[in-house]
Amino acid sequence: MTPKERIARRVAQEIELGTLVNLGIGLPSLVASFVPAQSGVFFQSENGVIGLGARPPEGMEDPDLTDAGGGFVTAVPGAAAIDSAMSFGLIRGGHIDVTVLGGLQVDETGHLANWVIPGKMVPGMGGAMDLATGARRVIVAMQHVAKGASKVVKKCDLPLTSSRPIDLLVTDMAVFEVRASRLVLTEIAPGLTPEKVADATEARFETADDVRIMA
Amino acid sequence: MKKVLSPGAAAELVPDGARIMVGGFMGVGTPRRIIDALVASGKRGLTLIANDTAMPGRGLGKLISAKAVRRLIVSHIGLNPETQKQMNEGTLEVELMPQGTLVECIRAGGMGLGAVVTPTGLGTGLEEGKRVIDVDGKNFLLELPIRADFAFIAARQSDYLGNLDYSLTAQNFNPIMAMAAGTVIAEPEHIVPVGVIPPDAVRTPAALVDHLVERPQ
Repeated sequence: MTPKERIARRVAQEIELGTLVNLGIGLPSLVASFVPAQSGVFFQSENGVIGLGARPPEGMEDPDLTDAGGGFVTAVPGAAAIDSAMSFGLIRGGHIDVTVLGGLQVDETGHLANWVIPGKMVPGMGGAMDLATGARRVIVAMQHVAKGASKVVKKCDLPLTSSRPIDLLVTDMAVFEVRASRLVLTEIAPGLTPEKVADATEARFETADDVRIMA
Repeated sequence: MKKVLSPGAAAELVPDGARIMVGGFMGVGTPRRIIDALVASGKRGLTLIANDTAMPGRGLGKLISAKAVRRLIVSHIGLNPETQKQMNEGTLEVELMPQGTLVECIRAGGMGLGAVVTPTGLGTGLEEGKRVIDVDGKNFLLELPIRADFAFIAARQSDYLGNLDYSLTAQNFNPIMAMAAGTVIAEPEHIVPVGVIPPDAVRTPAALVDHLVERPQ
């Protein structure tokens, strides 16, 4: 299992039965494959579907049924197709139970930056700002370190996605809960210690009394 | 009955420099034949309002590659390097908006509302130059309605009056944009006799649609 798959598997444990979930593009989209089919979870995609299903077999694609990355998908029984205003009404209006977003940086107050690297990469925010602001629970799934630098930083120097702190950060090294705008280490990957996590982390964080091993 | 135009005749209605909005999400639900005709007619200086610019060779990516657009209002350009290139060269002005704010501003434009007050973007760089409104002790960003001269709409079916329905995720911005432009031109996949679309399946009433573009030959 790759580090990204381990992150996705851990995030999937946060998805409760019968909830409505939005997964971001990239790493977060891997979470779906770790959520049991019988869980009653419906995945929403902001381009306009509730009840996103797996990619169809080749030759059975519907060009009018894609996910937010433009990839072909299916719709599960009970799915609904909606327009963009309804889709973002669901998101901003607090009707999405959980969103899982990728991250460029998360800082020690739990703030997320994930939509632009000024002067270098300007993809645009797409739906990320609405999701980070309006979903009932915001989980960020990202690698702990990129190009030798901690992505869990003291203060985001990239533009913020939302002024609202996230709720949970899951990386390949650790799980942090955000409590009262502070990061609290609650789980570490097998083979690590809280000290080793701290060495790889620019942000200051508290450590829970009962740190568990990520499974 | 609505006059059914060829894609070329629809494109001829659009002057250089017009402000247009076009449905679609990564090319899905984008009126392809109209886009091809706009490219073929060599339009210049357009202001384009859309969710994204798809990718080169696909959907609105063709309009970008043809250098028909001078100003762009979108939520995402990450999958179209040509858009980013023209932006960096300074030939294309790009305004990025959160997708939910973009669609809601278009909705406000179509619904006759004076503004959108949204929590999205509050406390971020997006606040710059915008009004923050206190509503009963809670802050929101004030965003202005968006309208256009033309809306180009991709529909699944139209009847000959112009009543429209849509297909799955191809609906996206289309029914919203169909309310927010001076001239609304719909490109359905099928044109069916009046009465075939049940009244309660009509998503965009014919009263909103000015012209239809003929189905593929």
